[in-house]
Formats: sequence, structure tokens, C-alpha cells
Amino acid sequence: MKVHEYQAKEIFKEYGIPVPKGGLATTPQEARKVAEEIGGDLWVVKAQIHAGGRGKGGGVKLARSLDEVEQLASQIIGMTLVTHQTGPEGKLVKKVLVEQGLNIEKELYLGMVIDRSTECPVMMASTEGGVEIEKVAAETPEKIIKAFIDPALGMLPFYARKLAFGLGLTGDTFKKGVSFMTKLYQAFMEKDASLAEINPLVITKEGDIIALDAKMNFDDDALYRHPDVAAMRDPDEEDPLEVEAKKYHLNFIKLDGNIGCMVNGAGLAMATMDIIKIYGGEPANFLDVGGAADAERVQHGFEIILSEPGVKAILVNIFGGIVRCDRVAQGIAQAAQHLEVKVPIVVRLEGTNSKEGMEILDKSGLSFITASSMAEAAEKVVQAAGIK
Amino acid sequence: MSILVNKDTRVVVQGITGKEGTFHTKQCIDYGTNVVAGVTPGKGGTLWEGKVPVYNTMTEAVEKEGANAALIFVPPAFCADAIAEAVDSGVEVIVTITEGIPTLDVMKVKRSMKGKNVRMVGPNCPGVITPGECKMGIMPGYIFKKGPVGLISRSGTLTYEAVWQCTERDIGQSTCIGIGGDPIIGSTQVDLLKLFNEDPETELVVLIGEIGGTAEEEAAAYIKAEFTKPVVAFIAGRTAPPGRRMGHAGAIIAGGKGTAAEKMAALRDAGAYVVESPAEIGATVARVLGK
Repeated sequence: MKVHEYQAKEIFKEYGIPVPKGGLATTPQEARKVAEEIGGDLWVVKAQIHAGGRGKGGGVKLARSLDEVEQLASQIIGMTLVTHQTGPEGKLVKKVLVEQGLNIEKELYLGMVIDRSTECPVMMASTEGGVEIEKVAAETPEKIIKAFIDPALGMLPFYARKLAFGLGLTGDTFKKGVSFMTKLYQAFMEKDASLAEINPLVITKEGDIIALDAKMNFDDDALYRHPDVAAMRDPDEEDPLEVEAKKYHLNFIKLDGNIGCMVNGAGLAMATMDIIKIYGGEPANFLDVGGAADAERVQHGFEIILSEPGVKAILVNIFGGIVRCDRVAQGIAQAAQHLEVKVPIVVRLEGTNSKEGMEILDKSGLSFITASSMAEAAEKVVQAAGIK
Repeated sequence: MSILVNKDTRVVVQGITGKEGTFHTKQCIDYGTNVVAGVTPGKGGTLWEGKVPVYNTMTEAVEKEGANAALIFVPPAFCADAIAEAVDSGVEVIVTITEGIPTLDVMKVKRSMKGKNVRMVGPNCPGVITPGECKMGIMPGYIFKKGPVGLISRSGTLTYEAVWQCTERDIGQSTCIGIGGDPIIGSTQVDLLKLFNEDPETELVVLIGEIGGTAEEEAAAYIKAEFTKPVVAFIAGRTAPPGRRMGHAGAIIAGGKGTAAEKMAALRDAGAYVVESPAEIGATVARVLGK
């Protein structure tokens, strides 16, 4: 699960990780009030959406007076921000974070993820702050210093020293850097994060180390033990269809094509998308109805697929294992009848009781197109969608 | 021969009295799996379904029934504890079916297995089957058939699809392992390829990967350097958008890494028969085996 910058900074504060003074605002007047409370003569107004690249898109602005804070906030709140991560349709900004401006001496990078190959947490630091880290990794990998942390040992001081020396920190700033990293590790592990990224991490002219930006993602599977984090979910940032699907425990991801897919199992669902593409079609979604695939789930699956008006045909691909195909077929027939589905439905059932399942579909009086292999099913659905 | 499990495997089921545990234990027993005990803390001393003794602890199940493999159906919040208990009990094989265990829990418990004579498959997987001998998992037993093909897959139903394509062509399997769709798993492709390399009964391995991580690239490096048998590979998720978790927690293209294209290229470079279409797996296996 992703959270907003201001939420990640709330977690940072809980762990004593230094962040700029600031507050959230949903109106220009609130933004002015927050700036007044912060004081000083320089502020930053930052759009709060989940996508990165907000600065380049015009969602992060500097203000030198309270009037300017209010004026910039009125520009940013309500704007549709387009960044390389939002897609061309952009994202509506509903709130801004107003923060004190800092005297920046240097911009650094600090990040942490779970490394899948070594199966341990890795903290990464770089002197190349403020730019995309993927770019640094591709062009100048030697500028990224990594500490692979043994989770049984935890964040021993030497890991932090390795990173802090690597960043060229000295004296008091070095100590502050070590403390920052130690606290970040603690926050990451205690909250079951999957990613923490501070880009840029800044050294101020006063020698302080502060998280100018903050990004955190969390392990969905661990949210049950972090109600505080789970409460940070922002449904505005999610596709409404995907939110709806979640209610019925369906794994649904919207895509750009026009062939709806309903499959049991994540791997088979991906493979079904792939084979549609091989036959010249474009999948409209990823949908894993799960192992159960009963009538109710199938019906909700159809409802969600069909709420997208661009869908021209649907491919149902079920490999019956423990779940029997005749049961699934009954669900498909019921759902199609109940929902009065207008687009062609290609069904491929394989595995347990697949013949009985196909007979149920044939006798249903509904015009299903049946297929006996994945390849045949893909070919037929692409034809049915009118692509070929 | 086969790998991991066979007719001599003595299985203890952790969480045997739960709904999932009960349903799938019955299926395993029907297949012929030797289930010697169950463990549910607090229900020790009872008999499951009137036939399998239930113990409070794994240590008892191992001492009293000689269990040497654990099949785990414990809910995610308590599952890391159950896995650790299995490790502590001295069983050599652990198969964890449970989906949704926090990544950090798996990371820590896997670390605790280092240096011990134990191997885990999963979590979030369909399990392991040596056709005709032992089914430790939730796969439909009848689609499998004894034979020369080893199979390693990150997916459940896609495994069944691939197996079915082989069985339909009268090509059987030595051992099939669903390794699970999580970012950190007990046994990786490389771990299992090493076992298949030593198994005289396995003539060919089907490797089914998917987007996310670099495990397939690591498998490719191992295949290139040491693996002596032909490999037929398919990678799911060529059409998956970056940055989205495709059902499995581990199936995500992050920071431009973990794409299907990279994995397919690495496997091709290692000499594997990489199939573009999931419908071609069985036919390719048949061709390579000369059948």
C-alpha cells in the first residue's frame, strides 16, 4: 500500500526522524494558516498525490510571502497534475503540504527495500540526490552505496557508518546521519514497510540532516497488525473499479485493451493476458477470481469487467482443480443470464468435470463460444472482439 | 527416484483441524500420501477424523510418529511461528501452503533455517507432488502422471495447465513443485534445479516463472554453468503493467526491473527452450524429449 508524503512524514516524526516543519491544507486559506504557524519567510507548497515527479509537473512551488502561499495553494489544489507516473490523464490534487523552506547545502539520496536475492533489508545511499535513483543506478552505479543488513543483527552502527562515510559526512553531521539511518531502519521494520525513500535527503547550511521528501510503501499482508498505517489508505488514489473488486476479494487490475479476462489463479491470469496479445488482441484487465470461483464471485467478476464500456468480448479461462468446472459453469450461466450480457463470451474450462461444465453451457440457451485449449480460446476471443 | 518427497515421506499436517487443513488432508490421504500425524495446539490427544493422531507440538509428532515432513495450513498471522516450530522439530521438508504471510516474517524465519538440514517450499504455493507416491499440497492429484519431467513453478493453476498439457500427451512427471508467488520463498528455482540435476529419473525440467525479482535470471546463470538437462521455460506477465502487483505479492515490475523480456532473454541465452505462448509448453516438452 502506498501513502502520501505527509503521511510518511507523520511516521518519520513518530520515530524522531527529522522532517521540515509543516502541515496539511485542503483550501488556500488553510494553507495560509499553516504557513503563518510555521513562521519564517520561505515556504514550500507541495501537491499530495501518490505519483512521483510532482515537481516537474508543476505540483511543488516555492513561496516568499503568505499571499503567495495562498495564491499557489489555490493554483495547485484542484489542478490535474500530470507526471511520468500518473499517465497522460493525470491526477486531481485535493490537498497540499505546506512546509518551511530550508537553507539547502547539499541534496542526498537514502532508500531502503527488502532485497529479494539476498533476502534481507538493504539500505542505499547516494550523493546524487534529487534525481531519479533508477537513472543513477543505470548510469553511475558506483555512486550508490549499499548496506545489506542482517535482520538477526538489526541496524548495527557499522552499517550506518559505512553509508554515512560513503556519503562524505563528517563531524556532527556524520553523527546526525548515523542516527537518521538507525531510526529509519527501526521505522521500516516496525511498520512492515516494503519501501522507504528519501529523495532528496538534505544537509542544511546549519549542518542538520532533514527528510525533504518522504515516500513509504507498506506490505499489504502485514496491514492487519498496523491499524494506524491501514487507516492511511486514500481511496481517491485508487481506481474505483479496483476498490470495488477488493470488496469481493477479487484481484483486479484495469488495463487499456478491450478484451475482458476472468481467470482462476494469478499466474494463469497473466498467461491469459499474454496469449491474448500473441493473437493480436489487447487485454482490458487482469482478474484473478481465486481458487474458489463460485457463482457469486463469477457474477461480481462479470459486473466489474462489464462496467468498463470499452469491453468488446470476454474470455473466461478456468482450470478446475479442487474447484469443479461444472460448478463454475453454473455460475457463469447464472451470471450471464442475470446480467443480460451483450458482448460475446468465450469460455474455456479444463480440468475437473470440464466436460460436464461445457454441457451446462451448451444447454443454457445462452450463446457462449466454447474453446478447448488456451490457444483456441485466445484466437476466438480476439475474433469475437472484432479485432481480426 | 524423485526429489523432496516420495512413498517413504511421513507427513505431519500443522493446522489439520482447520477447514482448509481438513479438506486438503483428506485429498492427500485419498491420493496415497502417508499422513502420520496432525498438530493443533490445544487439541493434542484427539484423533482427526477418527484416524490420524493430533498432537499439541511438532516435537511430539516427530518423536511419537516419526514424521519427517510438515505440511502447513496455519493462518497467516500465526504461520511464521508454525514454520519455526517445524524447523525446531527436525523435519527435513516443510511445505507451507498459507497465503498472505508478512514478508518480514518469512524473511526472518527463512534466515533461521540456515545451516540446518531442512528445506521449505512456499509459502503461498500449491505444494509438492511426486506422482503416484506422495502429494503434499492442494493440487488436483488426477492430472499428474509418473514420468521423466520435473516442474518448478511460481504459479498454481498455471502449473496445472502445464502439467495437463504434458499428461495429455502421455508425458509424466518425476516431481512437481509450486514454489510460491511471494517475494521471499523457502526454495528458489536454483535450489530445486540443483536437486533435479542429481535426480536420475528427471530427464527434462519445465520452469514456469513470472515477472518480478531476479530469480529467473539467477536460474538462467545456474543452467548455463552447471545444469545438464534440457529446460523448457515460460515466463508469465509479458503484458503486465510496471509497478502493479499482479495477484502474487512477488509479481511486480519495480524500478524497471523484473520484466518478462529480461527473464526470457537470460533463459534463452542459457540454452533453455523458451516458449512464447503458454499453450506451447506441452508440445515443446514432447518435441525436446523426441516424443
